[in-house]
This record gives sequence, C-alpha cells and structure tokens, in this order.
Amino acid sequence: MTSAHSKLYSDDVSLVVVVVDTNPFFWAAAAAALPFADFFAHLIHFVNSILLLNHLNRVVVIAAGVSSCAYILDSSDVSPSGGVGISDTFDRASRKAEEFIAQDARATAGNGSVASANAASLLSGALSLALCYIQRIFRSGTRHPQPRILCLQGSPDGPEQYVAVMNSIFSAQRSMVPIDSCIVGTQDSAFLQQASYITGGVYFKPQELNGVSAIRRLSTWDMFVQFVCQYSARIRRSVQPAGQNSVVSCLI
Amino acid sequence: MYGVGGGGGGFNAPSTTAGRRRNPGDEEEDEEEEGGEGRVLEAWERAYADERSWELLQEDESGLLRPIDTKTLFHAQYRRRLLLRSAAAAAARIQKGLIRYLYIVIDLSRAASEMDYRPSRMAVVAKHEIGGSPESQIKALMGKLECSGDSSLQNALELVHGYLDQVPSYGHKEILVLYSALNTFDPGDIMETITKCKKSKIRCSVIGLAAEIFICKHLCEETGGSYTVALDESHFKELLLEHAPPPPAIAEYAAANLIKMGFPQRGAEDLISICSCHKKIKSGAEGYICPRCKVNVCELPTECRTCGLTLVSSPHLARSYHHLFPVAPFDEVTPVPNRIQRGGQICFSCQQSLFNPDGQSNLHVRCPKCNQHFCLDCDIYIHESLHNCPGCESERSITS
Repeated sequence: MTSAHSKLYSDDVSLVVVVVDTNPFFWAAAAAALPFADFFAHLIHFVNSILLLNHLNRVVVIAAGVSSCAYILDSSDVSPSGGVGISDTFDRASRKAEEFIAQDARATAGNGSVASANAASLLSGALSLALCYIQRIFRSGTRHPQPRILCLQGSPDGPEQYVAVMNSIFSAQRSMVPIDSCIVGTQDSAFLQQASYITGGVYFKPQELNGVSAIRRLSTWDMFVQFVCQYSARIRRSVQPAGQNSVVSCLI
Repeated sequence: MYGVGGGGGGFNAPSTTAGRRRNPGDEEEDEEEEGGEGRVLEAWERAYADERSWELLQEDESGLLRPIDTKTLFHAQYRRRLLLRSAAAAAARIQKGLIRYLYIVIDLSRAASEMDYRPSRMAVVAKHEIGGSPESQIKALMGKLECSGDSSLQNALELVHGYLDQVPSYGHKEILVLYSALNTFDPGDIMETITKCKKSKIRCSVIGLAAEIFICKHLCEETGGSYTVALDESHFKELLLEHAPPPPAIAEYAAANLIKMGFPQRGAEDLISICSCHKKIKSGAEGYICPRCKVNVCELPTECRTCGLTLVSSPHLARSYHHLFPVAPFDEVTPVPNRIQRGGQICFSCQQSLFNPDGQSNLHVRCPKCNQHFCLDCDIYIHESLHNCPGCESERSITS
C-alpha cells in the first residue's frame, strides 16, 4: 500500500535483518575450521555493535534451517527479566537458536527425502519472512528505520527454490531493500549474487589469506565491520569493481 | 471527430448496469437499483442516496472526526479481486501470453489537467505502475509531466503500430491507452487505423478517466481488448492492476513453438570493441556479448542487430514466473471469542500479534497448504508483491 515516494527514512537509523544459515550438514563439515558455536558468538557481537551505534537501531535474526525457518532474535522484544545488555542478548539468542536447531534436526530426521551431501537451507523461506517483517516496519509510521537484509550463507543453492528466491529478490527490489550477502562456505552462491546485483547490495566472499582459512577470517573484526554501518556498506559497494558483481554464473 | 457517446459511465464492476432505464423486462436488476424516487439510479447517485457515505464519519469524545477504518475496506477489495482472478484461472487452463510488448499511451492533452482526480488527472495516471517497472522510470515520467493541446487517438495508434510492427511473432502486442479527454482530433480516418491494428493482431485496451466514448469502445471491441472507465482514484488503480496479469492468448495467433533466445554474458574487461547500438567504442565489461555472433550490445533485453537473436537475461524471464505459479488464496479465519486458537497467536511472517489489546482476535487468514496464520496486511503483501507463501517456503515438503 505504501508507494516509494511516501517513505521517509530516519537518518542514520537502520533495521538489519540477518538471515543465518544453520544447515547442520554444512556446519558439521566446517566444524574443523570454525565451530558453529563460535560463529554464533561472533554474530551476537556483531548484532550488539549495530545496536551500540544508535539506540534506535533494530536487528532481527532469522535462522534458515534445512526443514524449517524461524525468528531467533528481535532486538525490540523486551526480555522477561528486564535486562538489556550484551550478555542478556546472548542468552536469549543462544537459547532460541539451540531450540530451533534441535527442532530442525528432528524435522529433518523424520523426512527421509533430504540428501545429506548437498542439502540446501531454506533461503527462500527466510527471505520471505524477512521481507514481511520489513513491510510491517514500513506500516508503522512515516519515520522508520532504513531496512536492509544481510544473508550469511554457507550451504549450496537449492535449485527447487529458484522461483521463490527470484520472487523475493524482485519484491526487495521494488521495496528498495538492499540484500547484502556474506558467503561463509567455500562455494559461491548464484542466488545471492543475483540478489545483491539486482537489489544494489554487496556480495562478499572472503578469500584465504596467509594460511588462515576463509571462514576463520570471518571472525576477525575487519571482515564484519563493513556490514555494521549502512554507510560503510555503501562505501564497500562503490569500490567494488563492476566485474565482481556480474560473475559469469550470475547471469545465466 | 467523435464526441461523447453512449450512456454515462459504462464500466466493469459487476454490480451495476447503468444505462438500462426502466425496462420492465429486467425485474431483478431494477429491484436492486430502485431508489426512493422510483426510478433507476445511476452509479454515482447511488453512493449518495443508498450508501450515505457521510454517515460513515464518526466523532470521538472531543468532537473531532475519527478516521474511517479503511483497512478492512482495502482487504475486502483485494479479496474480491483475488477471488475473481483465481476463479477465472481455475475454470479453464487458458494459455497466457507471457511475452508482452505493451505500449502505454498516456493522454497529456488539456483534459488531463482537470482537477476531478486529486491532484490532477495526469498526476494520478503517472503515479500508478503496472508492476515490475522500476521507480526511476516513474520519477523520470513525473519530471516531464506537462499537458497542452488536444489529444489524438489516431496519431497515437499509428505511432505505436509502427513500433509494434517490428516485434517478433511470439510476442503479444498490446496497447493500453489511458484516456482523459472526451474527444479526439484526427488527421485521417480512424476506422482505417483500427482495421490496421486489428490486422496486425494488436490488442488495444482503454481506461477512460472521463466518460464512456464510442470510438474507444469500438476500438476495444474490434481488437479484442477491454474498455473500462474509472470512477475514482482507487477504482482506477484496480482497473490498471487488472491489466497486469497476462491476457489469454487468442488460439489461432499463438502457436506453442519453441523460441530461440540467447543469454549473453558480460565480456572481459580488457576487450575493446564497438557496440552495435550506438556505434561507439566500449569496453567489453560495459556490455554483453551475443552468444551467436559475438557482437557487443549495451543493454538487455534487446534483439541482436547482426543475427536477430533475442537476447535476455534470466531475471527478465523470472519476473513473469509468478503468473505461472500463483499463490493460492488464503482462507479467512473467523475469530472465535474467548477461545485460544491453536497456532493463531501471532502472524507467522511478521510476528505481529493477531489479537486486539482487549483480547479479541482480529480477522486473519490461513494458508490452506501449510496451515500457518497470517495477518491481513501480510496477506495482501504476499499475494500482490511477494508471490511466495512464507509458510510453504519455510517447510521442506516430503515429496521434494
């Protein structure tokens, strides 16, 4: 119902929706380089840094599992104990994430059709949830945070999700929501390359450097910091050479 | 020159039949239209006499006007539109023309600056888009709006006919005219132009913003298009959105052949060549290389000038897939007072509570396939923009 012209963004206030890939098959294989628990802890630090930048910033974390998707964290929720702080956020999010992963594992075990080697996480479902949440924020008034989506993806793309992912990308393009992607795994994701290209986001895949594996490098501050602030993300976008965004596989 | 003809306001809404006056044979229609005076009411009169729109206004305690709850109204309109569309689609598996070459003709004559649509007719027309067109195009259009002179239907048709002649045979050629004026000044015989369009299989539709005009109606009937007249701004938007889904393909025109298309990739950065469209020197990274003849083209979609191959990129085709795989309409869930419904606490997609502050559950909807509950706003967003059900996408089906 809202048209593009009527949106007034609050200056400097952002809403970041983080889509986290919790595919147990992928994380089992990557556990040698970086266990999921460590990765999740770094993610919470990242979430807290965004919240520290501006007290009006909001962060939502959605987990994309193999058989289901769910909301893990919403920074605007008031916790029952009333505590606000880094450890409190960490506790709430960790608990919810553990519950979700256990429930997802049960659902996957009961579903014999999931092939273990190349099981894809449900990116389309998580993107759809993220976009619906962003629409709710748009409805909340004329001054609202500037939204963006950050996808942390490790597992390969599932071809059966192509139409759904493209629909989500076009809807994000129309609502002017950039989709940034950070690849945690070893293979490029054509879906996320398309998403970042079409919506004007940043596609980032860290390379191995000085013997430190790519995924280990993600835990360092300089990798995450570029996604923290919307302005740093914009700077990243402008210096990214055009060729990187239009890799051969992305246009087919 | 053709002037205003026909009755006032013929349009598509099924509940009205303006123009039938005191026909004793049509008893069932007269009964629902009969006003207090005993004569048939026009649609615009009905809004005042029968529906009494001023009674919808309410005052709160301090005497200020309370805003009218338009949310349920929007939702009701949207559901009507959705159910009509899905009923029509389910009834017959009609082949749809997905590759459409559609020209939109906007009337910018003096009549467009009339103020009966706020802020002016042409601003209303420019604001709405048929879906898929980027915001930047709309902004560019709004920057160039100025109206003057008189409108000529024949000139518009001739112009577009010239463009559409070059379109390949599998593409469906369409014209949508947004007409504000009540007449047309034509240099020649418009009937000839209409026959020409009909012979080239161009489907012309008109949305009128003023009154029903005979020549527009004739044009649409001859070419197989639809003629509708908008009552007000929201009705205009509905009519415009009706043209967004692909129209049924006329059987003898659309043969189901295989169409050859090329998916070009970007060239290497150090490849310098001359582009075939502007005849300028361009680096390979700025353009695309045709897979058959290897010339440089600047933008997609286009047709290669050298070998005639249609060049597209996969997102261009992907934009139409939601017509092929639409989301099933959700079922309404009637709120049951004082009973907690299983799974009906929060909207699955936006996590908003489905209950009013006083504990009563609001009207909400449920997907028939995944049984998740959604709020009304998400329902509209899912069906009109997103085209995915978040619940169905968030579960792994047993068969996949």
